[in-house]
Formats: sequence, C-alpha cells, structure tokens
Amino acid sequence: MAKLNKTIIYVALLVFSIVSLMPLYWVFSTSLQLSKYQDEDLKQSVSYVDSNPPKMYPMGVPEYFEHWGKARDAEKAGDDKAAAQHREIMDAIVKDTFSGFTTLFQKNNIGRWFLNSGYISVVVTLGILLFDSMAGYVLAKKQFPGKNLIFYAIVGTMMIPGQVTLVPMFMMVKNLGIMDTHWALIFPDLSMVFGVFLMRQFMYSVPDELLDAAKIDGAGEWKTYWSIVLPLARPGLAALGIFTFMNVWNSFLWPIIVLNDANLYTLPVGLKTLQDANLASFKLLMSGAAIASIPMIIVFILFQRHFVKGLTLGGVKE
Amino acid sequence: MKPVQQVTNAAKPVDLARKTSVWTQIKKNYAAYLFLLPKLILFVAFIMIPVVWAFVSSFQEYKIFGSEWVGFENYVKVFQSSAFYDALKNTFLFTVVTVPFNVISALIIASLIHPLGKWSQSFFRGAFYLPTVTSMVIVAMVWRWMYNQDFGLFNYVLGLFGMDPVNWLGQSSTALWSLIIMQCLIPFGVGIILYLAAMGSISHSLYEAATIDGANGFQKWLRITIPLLKPTTLYLVLLSTIGSFQVFTQIIMMTGGGPGSATETLVHLIYKTGFRDFEFGYASAQSIVLFAIILIFSIIQFRVLRYDD
Repeated sequence: MAKLNKTIIYVALLVFSIVSLMPLYWVFSTSLQLSKYQDEDLKQSVSYVDSNPPKMYPMGVPEYFEHWGKARDAEKAGDDKAAAQHREIMDAIVKDTFSGFTTLFQKNNIGRWFLNSGYISVVVTLGILLFDSMAGYVLAKKQFPGKNLIFYAIVGTMMIPGQVTLVPMFMMVKNLGIMDTHWALIFPDLSMVFGVFLMRQFMYSVPDELLDAAKIDGAGEWKTYWSIVLPLARPGLAALGIFTFMNVWNSFLWPIIVLNDANLYTLPVGLKTLQDANLASFKLLMSGAAIASIPMIIVFILFQRHFVKGLTLGGVKE
Repeated sequence: MKPVQQVTNAAKPVDLARKTSVWTQIKKNYAAYLFLLPKLILFVAFIMIPVVWAFVSSFQEYKIFGSEWVGFENYVKVFQSSAFYDALKNTFLFTVVTVPFNVISALIIASLIHPLGKWSQSFFRGAFYLPTVTSMVIVAMVWRWMYNQDFGLFNYVLGLFGMDPVNWLGQSSTALWSLIIMQCLIPFGVGIILYLAAMGSISHSLYEAATIDGANGFQKWLRITIPLLKPTTLYLVLLSTIGSFQVFTQIIMMTGGGPGSATETLVHLIYKTGFRDFEFGYASAQSIVLFAIILIFSIIQFRVLRYDD
C-alpha cells in the first residue's frame, strides 16, 4: 500500500514536471527543427516547423540517421554516386538544423545583444555586490546618527512597485542626457535596494569579536571590511549576486522604454523586435530564445544550492 | 567594560556637551557614512527623487515647455475612463484566479516532494524552479505559439478529441482566460522552494505525537503542516499578488492588450499612456492609483491571513 502510494506520487510529480518543463523543451526542439527539407519522394521542400500535427522532436535526427544508413548500404553495394548523394543530404540536414542560430549571428546581430546583456548584467551585479555589502555592513554593525532614518527610508521604498517611477525615471534619464545609452539601464538597476536589506541581515552574523580584534591589530575600516567582513559574507554575496544577475539579464519593461538603437539592445528587447518584425520564422525566434535562456540555465545548474539559499534568505522575515 | 560606561555617562548631564557629541559622533563615524555614500547617492537619485516626482507630476499636465498644474484633473480622468476600469477588471480577475491556484498548487507539489529522498527532492525542485529562471519574454513567445490557431499545440490536442480549433488569443471571449491558464501552468517555483524550506523546519515530534493519537497522513497534513506553514503562505500570497498586479510582459508579447481591451492590464495601460501617448501626468496618476491598490490589497491580505485564527 505504502509502495503503491509512493509510485502514484512519483508518477504525479513526473507528469507535473513534464508540464512545467514542456515550454522550455519546446524552445530547444523548435530551434533545431528542420525548416527546409528536400523530401526525396515528394521532390518538394517541406517544413516541420509549422506543421500540423506539430513535431515533438527535431526531425533532422531521424532523417540524418536514415541517410547515414542508406549511404553506408550504397557504399557496400559499390554505388558511389548514390552514397555521395546521401552524404550531401546529411550535410544539408545538419546545416538546416542549426540554420536558426547561424542566421541570427550573421544577419540579426544577436551576438551584439548577447554581449550587451552580458556586460550590463556583470557590471550591475559587481556594483550591487560592492555597494550593498558596504551599506549592509555599516547598517548592521556600526552606530551613528541617522542610521535608522536611512534604513527605514530604504526599506520603505522596497514596497513601492517599479512602475510607479517609470515616468519620472524616464524624464530623469532624458534630462541627464543618457537616453538610449546603457547608462540608462545601469544606474537604475544599481539603485535597487533589496540587496541592502539582504546584506544587512547577513552581516549580523559576523561576530563582533572579530571586528574588535581587527581594530586592535590596527586594521583600518576598509581593510576590516575587505579582508574580514566580505569573506565571511560569501554565501550571502553568492545568493545576492545570482539573483541580481538573473534580474538584470531578464529585465524587459525598462529596457524597451529607453533603448532605441538596435546596436544597444539587450537580448529580451532584441527578441521582442524579432517577434514584432513578423518576418522571422518561428524557428528563428526559438533559436533566439534558446540563446537567451542558455546562460540562465547554466547558472541555475551550477548554483542551484545558492538559488535555494537566496530565496529562503529573502523570504524568511525576522 | 565598566569604566567605559562611566565615561559616556559623565558626558551626558550637560546639554551642550551632548549637542557637540552628536557632531563628534558624526565626525568619529565618518567612515560609516563613506561606506553608505555610493548606495545612498544612487538611492536618492534613482528612487527617492523619482518617487516624489511621480506624486508631483500626477498633479501636472506635461507640456514640452514646462508643465502645468492641473490639480486632481488627472485623477478624475483616471476614474472616469472606461479603459481604466477594463484594465482594473482584467487585472483583478487575473489575480483572483492565478494567485490562489499558484499558491495552492505550490503547497501540494511541495507536500508531495518533501517526503522523498534527498536526490529526488533536488531533482524535482530543479524541474519546477528551472522554468522560472528564464525570461518571461521567452515563456511568452513559446506560449504564443502553442496557442497558435493553425499549428499550435493546444489546437492539435483539441483536434485529437475531434474538437474544432480555437482562436485562443484572437477573440475576446478566450484571450484573457488563455493568459490565466498559462499563468496557472507556469510553476510557482519560489513558492515550492519556500514551502519545502518551511516544511523542513517543522519539528518531527509534532508528527510523532499525532501518530500516537491515531491521526492519519492527511489529518496530519491538514492539522499540523498547513497551520504551521501560515507565515510562508502569507508571504507567498503577498508576493504573488503584488507580482500579479504588475503583469505586463505576457500582455505586450502575446496580445498587446487586445482584442479590443480584452486583455488590457493596469501596467500595460500605464505603459501605453506614458510611452505611446506621452501623457506623462495622466500616466503618473495611473501609477499612483496602482500603487494605492497594491498597498490596500497587501494590508487586507496581511490582516486576514494573520488574524484569521
């Protein structure tokens, strides 16, 4: 009975996770789908990308092996011409399978968008880690006039949704003359305050004795922070860093407002313009989606532990 | 320790000395202010000033050469426009259906995962959280295609059962519900992880005591697990309600608010008012109203879920 229950639970969870992972699978499957396939018997070009019924896996894989087998048989039979023909088709299949990616890199500038997203995310993440840990450290460990006022001002604004400041932020960016530049993304992202709150929580666990000992040894404020506090806060920094990177990499609403120059686009903005252009085939769109999601998937697989930690740190209130 | 205490006490009686001591404290702690400075500058420039500015400009009409004070006119306009009520209604329906569904399904999935072994736990946790690390832009692009009338996955499945294809996103009667179904089927990864963490911290002795009293698995879940998860539930409901009131990416990527105003939401309306029509004052007023709605909702939920028992 208990065993049967366990089986039911596993089956249910597997079904749920298939539903949950399906769209992501669909991105990769479609990005590698055959789009222009010269069908041997029909002598016409068929596309499996928008076929009905939809193909559930990249059709190039079975086709490739079919021709591989035929080529081998032809070679055995000594028919070199037929073998060469099959080899040619195999090359065409490989080329077509990856054509979404090659087109994006050659014609649609996606390499540029990728680099833009990447460097903006890295710069913001490093800046947030430095500034927020500095602020969190003194807010947790130092006593000075105005401390509570500053802290409550910062925490109070965490409640305000970002959309409230869209219009004034737009005017501000315009007045500063940084419209349609990457500064218009970097500055507002660097001012996010969630990390200050998170780092402050984390810095409480740094023992006072260590700080006092450093002071007695003659370490200055900066040295104490850099070589004692920061290493101890590493788990918190890892969690904050990952979430900041993810937020900036995926951010969408603000970038579509301030970016106009296609050379400055980040990946999500670029993907939207691809979709809007309507010229792009679905294979092309899904190839772009795959390129945009691969880094996050890698980050997630490498740092799954930190994701969990970061979520629980942010979620559990004192 | 004691002599230090006496020194600070000694400085206290004289008022003048106290005043100077604030200054000396500021001077003494100049390093602390320097540590705070970079974040503080960014915070004031890109959060404080814009927030105040949002309030101010909601009472103004934006003109190219300087803005004009118009009092509450923008707010009157907000509450008189049918577009606002349509957006409010759609956002509200979206929230009311998706938030309970997502939170409850996160609870059920976490409850199913929790008793499993360590390896299966982290496998399923990953399977449910992974889709949420990818951008909503991507998720929306795939779903838009899955809803495609001619070659989408959904109409294919309907066809298997002999049903006619549906123009999911293209007609008012199904567009909003299509977006709601999509939101329900995207796993609430944060919820699952937080529930799992909270379940891990419930003491085993409670369950053991209940077993001795003859409670079965379901009773234990209902009477012990759920009540003890209440703080997590409150947090998740607040979190997803706030997120749900800000729904935007799906709308602009999949329907553009249409057909008609069938899928118009508050944030998409603000976006359109501000950055398509360039009515900055009006858009600011809409934003402030959105903020007020979120605030009121949060307070209500906080009270209901907190003092329920």
